Amino acid sequence: MKFRGKIIDVACLNHFTRVVTTISKLTKICVLRLTPDNLFFVLSGKVANGGVSMWCELSQANFFDEYQMEGVSSEDNEICLEVTPENLSRALKTVQNAKAVKLKLTKKHCPCLTIAAELPTLSSISRVVTHDVPVDVIPRRLWHEFKEPSMPDFDVSIYLPPLKTMKNVVDRMKNLSNFLVMEANLNGEMNLKIETDLVSVTTHFKDLGNPPWGDDASQDGGPSQSRDPEDMAQARVDIRKLQQFLMGQQVNPSKAMCNIVHERVVHLILLHEDVSLQYFIPAVA
Amino acid sequence: MDCVVTGGNVKVLAKAIHSLSRIGDELYVEPQDDGLALRSVNSSRSAYACFLFAPLFFSRYTIPSGHAFRCKMAIKSVQAVFRSLASLEKTVEKCHIGLDEKKNRLTFTLHCKHGLLKTHNLSFQDSESLQAVFDKDSYGNVFRSHPRLLVDTVVHFPPSLEEVTVSVSDERMWVRNHVEEEDRSKSMLTELCLASDEFDHFAVTTQNSVTFCLKELRGMLVFAESTGLPVSMYFDEPGSPLVLSVTDSVLEGNFVLATLSDDSNHRKNNSRREQTPPPPPNDDFMDDDMDSYLIAMDTSIAPGPSATRPPTPPLAVSTYSKQPAAANHRSRLIAEEQEEEEEEEAELADSAGPPNKKFCSLFFGSVLPPSSQTSTQPVTNQEVLASDSEDDEQ
Repeated sequence: MKFRGKIIDVACLNHFTRVVTTISKLTKICVLRLTPDNLFFVLSGKVANGGVSMWCELSQANFFDEYQMEGVSSEDNEICLEVTPENLSRALKTVQNAKAVKLKLTKKHCPCLTIAAELPTLSSISRVVTHDVPVDVIPRRLWHEFKEPSMPDFDVSIYLPPLKTMKNVVDRMKNLSNFLVMEANLNGEMNLKIETDLVSVTTHFKDLGNPPWGDDASQDGGPSQSRDPEDMAQARVDIRKLQQFLMGQQVNPSKAMCNIVHERVVHLILLHEDVSLQYFIPAVA
Repeated sequence: MDCVVTGGNVKVLAKAIHSLSRIGDELYVEPQDDGLALRSVNSSRSAYACFLFAPLFFSRYTIPSGHAFRCKMAIKSVQAVFRSLASLEKTVEKCHIGLDEKKNRLTFTLHCKHGLLKTHNLSFQDSESLQAVFDKDSYGNVFRSHPRLLVDTVVHFPPSLEEVTVSVSDERMWVRNHVEEEDRSKSMLTELCLASDEFDHFAVTTQNSVTFCLKELRGMLVFAESTGLPVSMYFDEPGSPLVLSVTDSVLEGNFVLATLSDDSNHRKNNSRREQTPPPPPNDDFMDDDMDSYLIAMDTSIAPGPSATRPPTPPLAVSTYSKQPAAANHRSRLIAEEQEEEEEEEAELADSAGPPNKKFCSLFFGSVLPPSSQTSTQPVTNQEVLASDSEDDEQ
C-alpha cells in the first residue's frame, strides 16, 4: 500500500484545506478512501452518530499536481483509512504559504498520514515542517460499509435557500426546540417548522426551484409522476444535526439541494466544481 | 518610590506585564538601584520570568532609600490598569507609579489625553525576594533570532499543546511536540526544522535535546514580537533550565524555563542518543525515495501496535517514560530525589532501559544580594522560600 500526493498550487491547497475543515466540523472521525482517481471522506450511518451519514467526493486531479497510489492489491486498488479530520485540517491550515505540500502514507510509530511542507524562508535552505497524523488502516472485509450511498427514492427534491440564511434561521430555532420539521414540495416551497408546547414557529421559503430530476423522481417512474406539486413531503430531524451541517460550510456551493423521503430521511447535496458532499439525516418520530 | 514612564514606554511596560501574566498569578515588584525589577513565577516553580527596567527607561526614577522594598500583588489587578493596549498607545501620555507604604498600596496613575487622570490603587503584600539561579552565559548552546522566526515556528503547534522538544545539531534545529508514551499511538506529531542561517547567531557546543513547556515560550513571544527585539535562547543539558532573553539598552527580560531531565543513572542512553541526532532532512524536497515510505500491511486483520514493519528513518523520538509517581511532574523536586528513583520502566522494546524523566525545578536564591549569586551554587540546597520574616534582610 502506498500513497503519495503533492499539492503545489496555492489555490488548490487552500481549497483542499477548506474541504477538510468542513469535514472536520461535520464529524470527529471518518474514513478516507483513496482510489486512483478520487478521494472520498465517508461517514457511515451508525447509531453512534445518530444515524447521520456523509459522503464527500473529490476528484484528485483537481487538487494534486502529483498523485500516486497503490492499493491493497491490484483487484482492490484502494486504500481505506480511518482518520480524525481535525488533525488533518489543523496541519493543513498551518502550511498555507508553503511552496509545496506532500501527503504521504507512512509508518512512523503507527500508520500515519504525513503532511510535509516546504516553507519559504529568506535563507537558502527551506524550512520543512512535518505533521504525522495517525490513521487506522481499515481491513478489506469492512470496506462494504463505506460504499457510495445510493440515491434514495425521494418524494420531493428541491434547491436549498442560501445556506447562510438557513443557518441563521436554524440557529434561532435551536434555542426553542430540539427537533425541526423540514418540508418541501415540487412547487419550490420549503418550510422549516418547530413546535413546542408554548410556541410554534415556521419559516417559509418560496420560489426555490426544483431540480430537473424531481419530475420523474421515483426510479420506476411510477406514482410520483402524478404527485400534486402542492403536496409537502416532510421529515422531522434532530435540529443539532442540521445545524452542524450548516455550521461547517465554508464555501458557497454552486448547487445546493435537498431530497426528502417522507418521514424517513433528509438527503442534503452540495455540489462545488470539484467536490460533492452528501449528508443524510434520518428522520425521528 | 516615585517613577514615571512616558510615551511609548508605557506600552512596553504594559506588554511586559501581560507577558508575565502568562507565567504566574502574582507580580513581584522590586525597585532596585539598577532598575525596577518585575518578576513572576508559576505555581510549580518550573517557569520564572524577570523584566528589569533600567532607570533610563523612566523619565523619573526614585526608589525608597534606606531599606530594600519589595512586594507582590495579584497580576490581574495590574493587568487591569493596562487593559486595552491599543488605546493605551493613543491616549496615555504618561504613567506614574507611587508607593504608599503606610497603606500598603502602589498607586498607578495614568495621565491621559484631555487632562484625564486614571488612578488605580493596588494593594500589595510583603514578599520574599524572588530570583532564580541561572547563568545563561555559561550555557553551551546559544541562539539569537528575530522573534518572527520563533513566532512562525510556534504557529504550527496547536494552542493547547503542552510541551515541545528542541533538538540541535551543528547546522539545524528541530522543534517538535513532546508526547507521552501512553499517548504516542494516537497523537499527531509535528516537527519543524530550522536551518542555522535563519538565526542571527547559532552556536552549538553539545548536540542535545531539551523539552519544555510551550505556553511559557509563547508568553515571552508576546513581548518580543511587539518590541521587535531579537530573542536569545540559551540552554545546556536536559534538566538544566532554558533561558530566553530580550535585551536593549534600557531593559532586559529573561524567561527561565525548566526542562525535562534524564535520570542520571541512564547516562549511556543519553550519550547513545546524542550520537544519533535526527537525520538531516532531505534538502532536495522534490525527490525523496518513495520506497522508504512503503507500507506493506496485511489488511485482513486490523493492525495493532505490534505490526512488525521496519521503521522508516526515525525521528528522534524520545525513548523516555515518566515515573508514574511524578504525575505532577512539574512540581518542585530537589536533586536528592533523583537518587531515590531507581526504578526503570521497561515499556519500550527498542531501548535498553528508558531513563525516568521529570522536570527539574528552578533553584531559587534566598534573600541574597545579587552579587553573591554564582552559577556554581550547589543544586541540592535551597528550598524556595515561604515568606518567612526571619529570612528578610532589612
